[in-house]
Amino acid sequence: MATQAAWETFPHEADVGVRGTGATLAEAFSGAATAMTAAICDPAAVAAREPVAIECAAPEVELLLLDWLNALVFEMATRRMLFARFEVDIAPEDAGLRLRAAAWGEAVDVARHQPAAEVKGASFCELKVMQQPDGRWLAQCVVDV
Amino acid sequence: MDTSRLKRRGPCEWELPASGRMRVPGVIFASKELVQAMDDKVAEQVANVASLPGIVDASYAMPDAHWGYGFPIGGVAAFDADEGGVVSAGGVGFDISCGVRTLHTGLKAADVEGVKRQLADLLFARIPAGVGSTGALRLSGQEMDAMLRGGARWAVKEGYGSEADLLRIEEHGCVAGADPAAVSEMAKKRQRDEMGTLGSGNHYLEVQVVDQVFDAMVAQAYGLAEGDVVVSIHCGSRGLGHQIGTDFLREMVVAAGQAGIVLPDRELACAPLKSTLGQRYLGAMRAAINCALANRQILTHLARAAFATVLPGARLPLLYDVSHNTCKEETHTSADGRKRRLFVHRKGATRAFGPGHAELPAEYRRAGQPVLIGGSMGTASWILAGAAGTEERAFGSACHGAGRAMSRNEALRRWHGRNVVDELAAKGILIRSPSFRGVAEEAPLAYKDVGEVVDAADHAGLAGKVARLRPLVCVKG
Repeated sequence: MATQAAWETFPHEADVGVRGTGATLAEAFSGAATAMTAAICDPAAVAAREPVAIECAAPEVELLLLDWLNALVFEMATRRMLFARFEVDIAPEDAGLRLRAAAWGEAVDVARHQPAAEVKGASFCELKVMQQPDGRWLAQCVVDV
Repeated sequence: MDTSRLKRRGPCEWELPASGRMRVPGVIFASKELVQAMDDKVAEQVANVASLPGIVDASYAMPDAHWGYGFPIGGVAAFDADEGGVVSAGGVGFDISCGVRTLHTGLKAADVEGVKRQLADLLFARIPAGVGSTGALRLSGQEMDAMLRGGARWAVKEGYGSEADLLRIEEHGCVAGADPAAVSEMAKKRQRDEMGTLGSGNHYLEVQVVDQVFDAMVAQAYGLAEGDVVVSIHCGSRGLGHQIGTDFLREMVVAAGQAGIVLPDRELACAPLKSTLGQRYLGAMRAAINCALANRQILTHLARAAFATVLPGARLPLLYDVSHNTCKEETHTSADGRKRRLFVHRKGATRAFGPGHAELPAEYRRAGQPVLIGGSMGTASWILAGAAGTEERAFGSACHGAGRAMSRNEALRRWHGRNVVDELAAKGILIRSPSFRGVAEEAPLAYKDVGEVVDAADHAGLAGKVARLRPLVCVKG
């Protein structure tokens, strides 16, 4: 899944911006999650060994991105894991949107992953979710590290 | 920053006149060079904060101000509940009560030189640091609530340190009004394994030497002399504080939208102090302050144990403990001469009460509050003293650190962690970190010159220079 998802981090004075793009909203969300892992360590160094199920709902798409990234922050912190691959499904529900996902990753291995900084939370700073003129979706925000 | 919009009030004081939605002016305390180097976003954020309801006197920015979320980092603003004032989760930030404490060691640099490597290794082994690290302590639900109510006072009762420590912590180690019931179960779960951990990023434990004394009388009052070895710990409320920030930022944004409040920046999300949400946030935020104080107290205990192993007989009494990201209820005299209870937000700013303040320990009352400023691991940290009259300038506040000169992305592009460690070792500074990438992102040149920042704080009359500290050992997360 998410085969066309792309990701990058972008500079912020004190913290790190994370950005995902894709053919669908779900792909953009997947890319943003990979970028968040990249704010911590090299995502290529993280093995997709076990899945963690994540579900969240929000009244609008930008809050949903925030909730998605913050759910991952919570799972990383409490399970001591890093995530490398994301299967994301987003569907309308009632007055908003519901996200169901599997985040694949493994336990933190400090020597191998060399994690630089934990993410404290995803912020509203530079928060943007939109379909671009070329039709691709973009999902981004700054995460506090 | 474009200074054409600013009126210069003094060598290190600039006014951003009130305009548009601003209810009060903005005031930036900084030298011309520092103001010019600041991002225009800082002025924008100072102006946005000035537009919030119930703000008193001015929206302030400290000399180390930089672009934050909603509030600038280095932002100070006070609100009056009786005038519709607000409390803002964005105005406190994610790392609630992140702060610095400094400990004496009773040792001179020569006492430590021969065992520096051993000390660095043992501190690194004993202080849980970095992503994924866990503490030895596991708290039950009841114990967690007791810790959130009691702060460092709870930690001392549990055997981490002594009563004497509490006298040298803001609010004597325990902020009143903490409400563990306002803290989400997710926040408590995040803290379950993180008591007594340092964290990562810019957090550190350093062994430092007093490199130079600038005010002999105040240094004496603080018990400092050139050549003295001290230990400084920089960390905060760990996962609990981060989750409280996350929870309430979202809740305040949604509540503002539902109430039809238009915010110039969603990160300014706030709630009236006289509202259920505002009161719940204050209760949770105070619990996070207590968590940070307990955490630094436990880390102090671990540092003392490591020192006792390497240097038997060494005692490490607390010099002082300051918090950076807080909203505190304090009594101040506003510009109109009225004495009133205000809710002072300090985001990346240090409380810096001047001489004579009743809150200060008796032995520091004549000197003013110790203001502990973290620098970078390769340069220097500073101890300042709250200046006379600082309460009329920025509600008794000063700067908190150097501030970054470049993004983490850029630092990573420029430096390799291994080289940074080797170069600092050649200068006699031993770095211990689980992550070379982390070291590269925190390379000394990634930070601004902390000396310029403290000079500006001194010249602006916020806090006077007392002593410069040079790092000997740095344990990084």
